[in-house]
Amino acid sequence: MTTTPAIDPAMRRVPPYGGFNRTVLAIELKRMLRNRRTIFFTLVFPAALFFSFGGSSGWDDEAGHGNVAAYIMVSMALYGAALTAASTGAMVAMERAMGWSRQLRLTPLKPVVYISIKALVALFMGAIAVTVVNIAGVVQGKPDMPVGIWVACAALGVLCTFVFAALGVFVGYLVPGENAMQILGPGLAVLAFLGNVFIPIDDHTSLIWHIAQWTPMFGVAEITRAPLTGELPWYAVVNALGWLAIFVTGAAWRMSKDTARV
Amino acid sequence: MTTTTTTVAAVSLSGVTKEFGSVHAVRGIDLELQQGEIVAFLGPNGAGKTTTIDMMLGLSVPTSGTATVLGLEPRQAIARGLVSAVMQTGGLIKDLTVRETVQYTASLFADTRPVDEVLENAGITAIADRKVAKCSGGEQQRLRFAMALLSDPALLLLDEPTTGMDVEGRRTFWSAIRRDAVRGRTVLFATHYLEEADQYADRIVLISRGRVVADGTGSEIRALAAGRSVRATLPGADTGRLAAIGGVDGVEVRGDIVVLHAKDSDAVARYLLTETNARDLEITSRGLEDAFLSLTGPTNDAGDDQ
Repeated sequence: MTTTPAIDPAMRRVPPYGGFNRTVLAIELKRMLRNRRTIFFTLVFPAALFFSFGGSSGWDDEAGHGNVAAYIMVSMALYGAALTAASTGAMVAMERAMGWSRQLRLTPLKPVVYISIKALVALFMGAIAVTVVNIAGVVQGKPDMPVGIWVACAALGVLCTFVFAALGVFVGYLVPGENAMQILGPGLAVLAFLGNVFIPIDDHTSLIWHIAQWTPMFGVAEITRAPLTGELPWYAVVNALGWLAIFVTGAAWRMSKDTARV
Repeated sequence: MTTTTTTVAAVSLSGVTKEFGSVHAVRGIDLELQQGEIVAFLGPNGAGKTTTIDMMLGLSVPTSGTATVLGLEPRQAIARGLVSAVMQTGGLIKDLTVRETVQYTASLFADTRPVDEVLENAGITAIADRKVAKCSGGEQQRLRFAMALLSDPALLLLDEPTTGMDVEGRRTFWSAIRRDAVRGRTVLFATHYLEEADQYADRIVLISRGRVVADGTGSEIRALAAGRSVRATLPGADTGRLAAIGGVDGVEVRGDIVVLHAKDSDAVARYLLTETNARDLEITSRGLEDAFLSLTGPTNDAGDDQ
């Protein structure tokens, strides 16, 4: 037996990609998919909302390049994806509260990679939510629009979930623990109503319309439906980018505050 | 193969301070730990132990001074799996299983020991598929150790490692720690129990109010405690002259009473009775706890600042 062989730091390697790897991604996804609450928000709730709204009277009326049922389906898919992404984002803050982030800081994983993994998971879960609502639409048979537009709307819906993933992280920090989802759930429902997602606000001179234009779901909803409606107001794009900037800045600000005391 | 035997210090702190606003948590620490040492970081709560450990882990940056671990910046050492730490609470995700937690952690390092082997060594193979939330406090602690040992770290930092362990568990734990120290692993453990530090560490670093107040082997620290207190009534005592008596390491004046702490209490007593008007002499021995308190207490610190 040899005694006290010194450990040579030069023999140790740094992992590639700041610690990013498929094992972590797979475990994170597995975790999300066996969480009953996530499954409800992702798979059940948006589809149920679509079935209850999408079949209401006037579904067959024309809306842009498709019909009203298609319009409602795209909106519900966005809402489901937003809800899912926000709850995924809120988990970041919860993990911090549990000391997991501190534990990860004792590994080679870089904080920016950790957030990227969470963003990928949020995107993936958002995609599942969008897919489920779209499948619900196919099964129900009422939505009607060209396939290209159908795919474009779905893709934009997934992309827009980033805004809400950032919102989730931000709110998760402001309201730590399990309470974050209790605020995000009803909060997003209110934003969806205001943002023209659930019920189209037809009177563009009303007070509610003027308020709606400034709310966070308005812009992304307009963008997501743009292929279908064939119109994309400039203020909707400004709205979406503005809120994305606000939520990302807010999340980054709270996170850097928090890092100071891990 | 080169046969250079120069080994880099496991931890090297030089002139490290840390301020949080107006709070001086660490007031200047110089410390060097050699590879293979088992060191106790001893001090009362709020002495700056955690702040200092956080700087070794790169979790916080010193306000001034430098901290290196195995010759590297702390974050660089962590990126190479050279440093691990075991915290007392938290640090686990409740909805992951024990195995998933270890796999997750293992996947983040460039090189790790096999997951199954680590589970086996930590004695948690039987509960590998159990959710962390369903594990007892002891099982969670074993899981934390398994995670810490995955990367075969050269430096292991432990925060109150044996809290909640029974005598047998404590013995098993420390014999495992010692086995790894023989292979060159340095272990620094924070504790506020003098006895544990004395029993298990090669070296004790006593820290108080953000400074190292004593640093030595258990027996050296005990020697500090081996002194006696000589108490006498001596109006108008000349503290300067009293402090100059050979072996005196502390002088306190409380009105007409002087209390001298000294290794050679006989010399002090002889001096007081022959050279001064001192009366009512009392000589008492100091226990370990007394030494600890006198080294870490406010009196000592006030003396430092003057």
